Amino acid sequence: MIKTDIAIVGGGPAGLCAAISAASQGANVTIIEKASNLGGQLIKQTHMFFGSQKQYASTRGIDIPDILMNELKKLGSLVNVMLDSTVLGLYEDGVLTVEQNNKYIKIKPDSIIIATGASEKFLAFPNNDLPGIYGAGAVQTLMNVHGIKPGNKVVMVGAGNIGLIVSYQLLQAGIEVKAIIDAAPKIGGYYVHASKVRRMGVPILTSHTVKYAHGKEVLKKVTIVKLDNNWQEVPGSEIDIDADVMCISVGLSPLAELLWQVGCDMIYVPELGGHVPVRNQELETSVKGVYVAGDVAGVEEASSAMVEGRLAGLCAAKNLGYAKENFEELKNDCIEQLYSLRSGPVGEKIRAGLSKVIV
Amino acid sequence: MRINEHPILSFTKGKLVKFTFDGKEYEGYEGEPIAAALHAAGIKVLGHTHELGRPRGFYCAIGNCSSCLMTVNGEPNVRVCVEKLKEGMVVETQKGRGELK
Repeated sequence: MIKTDIAIVGGGPAGLCAAISAASQGANVTIIEKASNLGGQLIKQTHMFFGSQKQYASTRGIDIPDILMNELKKLGSLVNVMLDSTVLGLYEDGVLTVEQNNKYIKIKPDSIIIATGASEKFLAFPNNDLPGIYGAGAVQTLMNVHGIKPGNKVVMVGAGNIGLIVSYQLLQAGIEVKAIIDAAPKIGGYYVHASKVRRMGVPILTSHTVKYAHGKEVLKKVTIVKLDNNWQEVPGSEIDIDADVMCISVGLSPLAELLWQVGCDMIYVPELGGHVPVRNQELETSVKGVYVAGDVAGVEEASSAMVEGRLAGLCAAKNLGYAKENFEELKNDCIEQLYSLRSGPVGEKIRAGLSKVIV
Repeated sequence: MRINEHPILSFTKGKLVKFTFDGKEYEGYEGEPIAAALHAAGIKVLGHTHELGRPRGFYCAIGNCSSCLMTVNGEPNVRVCVEKLKEGMVVETQKGRGELK
């Protein structure tokens, strides 16, 4: 049995920041990451981040893991990293079980921060299971991490930030984007991203959805259809688009299995992507000593995931008796950063969602 | 279908290795996911469903969704979107659900 003060499940933006802030207060932390490298999905995000300096605004996502890793290195032996390690379960007695290189390992932490992120949602339409139909994030991984083109002609489903950004990145990789469609009557993502793809000649068709995917073994053609004000198909408005790739970018849902298993109170909050845990201001769930940070707590941006990670790390450390004199100052700074990231009209949905789960 | 020029990224790859897919020889780079090497070789269909025989490719590419299960070196149910390619790997379309040995 491995002992550690705080186990952090997931080494993405939230988990890395949680590790840095908890260890900075003096706690011993263990990051458990299923991939062979840290950084989570930052490693495929070639666009520059928004927010403020503290969330690495104007830095490309792909460059942030190195910055965080340098911060981690300064903390020396307080930080343990387990790569290629998948958490299998979290039990009532607080034991985490982990598989690493076909070995079964048990860990007994005093506190746990769950930062497992989210997975891509799917969409229902005939033949939605054809090869060639991928999550937008999957296509981003294939292109930006592995340097492989997903295909030649793409239909992007979803005009949120991921759909818009991945469309731009497809164009950067020399791939044709035939259209971006969205069932909603308005573009969901930031207009700065939408303008970039529009300037490059890609049509964005709002109030349109997928009616049918064609192909026997792989995707060959997509039929889209217009929706009226009541989200009903407009007869005769079908358009056929030749495409060998369709990217589905219709949101993410929190990877909350461990929270369910350990018995956290969960609430279905559509604004946050699905079932999320009830938590307090310190990001502790209804199960004492189990904290959350990042998309698993509610789907948002990587910027807020990093700040949540810092907040959860600080509070988990403090509640175990590790708090330096700057604790209150750091904690208030995190709360202010989150407030600012979620302010204004773009944060409206998140604020509505959070009001249902923070106790 | 590899990206040769990119305005932001450069891709550092492992050494070129040979592997087989359903008995036929292919090349890919050591350390990249098996599914990536197959995709670069134009192979998108990784298997067929047990009941209806519908074709399956990967969906999430990060090991979450299990749409990409194949038999690798005789071991079934390997998620090839995250399993790293090695010299001489034997990759096969999986028939049936696979058995624990």
